[in-house]
Amino acid sequence: MILDIYLVLFWLFSAVAVFAALRVITVRNPVHAVLFLVLTFFTCAALWMLLEAEFLAIVLVLVYVGAVMVLFLFVVMMLDINVAPVREGFIQYLPLAATVAVIVVVEMALVVGSKTFRPNQMAAPAPAAAGASNTEELGVLLYTKYLYHFEIAAAILLVAIIAAIALTMRKRPQTKYQNPAQQVQVRKQDRLKIIKMEPEK
Amino acid sequence: MIPLSHYLVLGAILFGLSVAGIFLNRKNVIILLMSIELMLLAVNTNFVAFSHHLGDMTGQVFVFFILTVAAAEAAIGLAILVVLFRNRNTINVADLDTMKG
Repeated sequence: MILDIYLVLFWLFSAVAVFAALRVITVRNPVHAVLFLVLTFFTCAALWMLLEAEFLAIVLVLVYVGAVMVLFLFVVMMLDINVAPVREGFIQYLPLAATVAVIVVVEMALVVGSKTFRPNQMAAPAPAAAGASNTEELGVLLYTKYLYHFEIAAAILLVAIIAAIALTMRKRPQTKYQNPAQQVQVRKQDRLKIIKMEPEK
Repeated sequence: MIPLSHYLVLGAILFGLSVAGIFLNRKNVIILLMSIELMLLAVNTNFVAFSHHLGDMTGQVFVFFILTVAAAEAAIGLAILVVLFRNRNTINVADLDTMKG
């Protein structure tokens, strides 16, 4: 049997992704957890490449790994977290968590292993033509059929920006800052005093 | 080529791991947020797999919007976390019981 290179890549990437996801939820240090989450996202981007979703794979790496995960890393490193009390109850909840997770996975595997999704029912599509552009297809769809949804997404991002700034901004009493409204109202006679005096000998 | 069920089972495993993560790290808000990100990633993988196998780009458009909302959610969640840590000096969920009657 000829070894399919795509299948080999799939097994490799999915093994790395599952291992990294497992480490995300089990490591003690939150910084390591974020770094393993970055690894998970990166391998998933590679898996999306195998699915010919090139644009989304690049967006996942640039936006998610490049921005969101770095934001996570900033916050984790900025907060001085005492890990010990946060970790208590880890062993206690391990059996319950494992049970629930196994049930979820088995149920989903039973569904996707049913006749509908068997490989012979849903054959893998032929690879895209050499000149086909995934980005162009997605862009055409986004700017025509889903234009309003796209603008709502932009509004959501704007709300997120405003909310994040409004939540975290604080006025420190000891820092000095200028009030521009008062600054522009300053008149000459308030500040400037001209003194006439005799020259001293 | 890779059958669709492979991707679906991978998505299910990632989802199950993130559910387990929510149970295991129920005291640590940061890991909880990261588990939610992992869940969204698992769902997105399913979307992309179906989009590819059905030849329908709508799934990828949906993933695009999920990524947008997830980025907004992460930004606001982390902002709330920073404010929380500033006021209470802890991120332990067990200590956040001020509103308990």
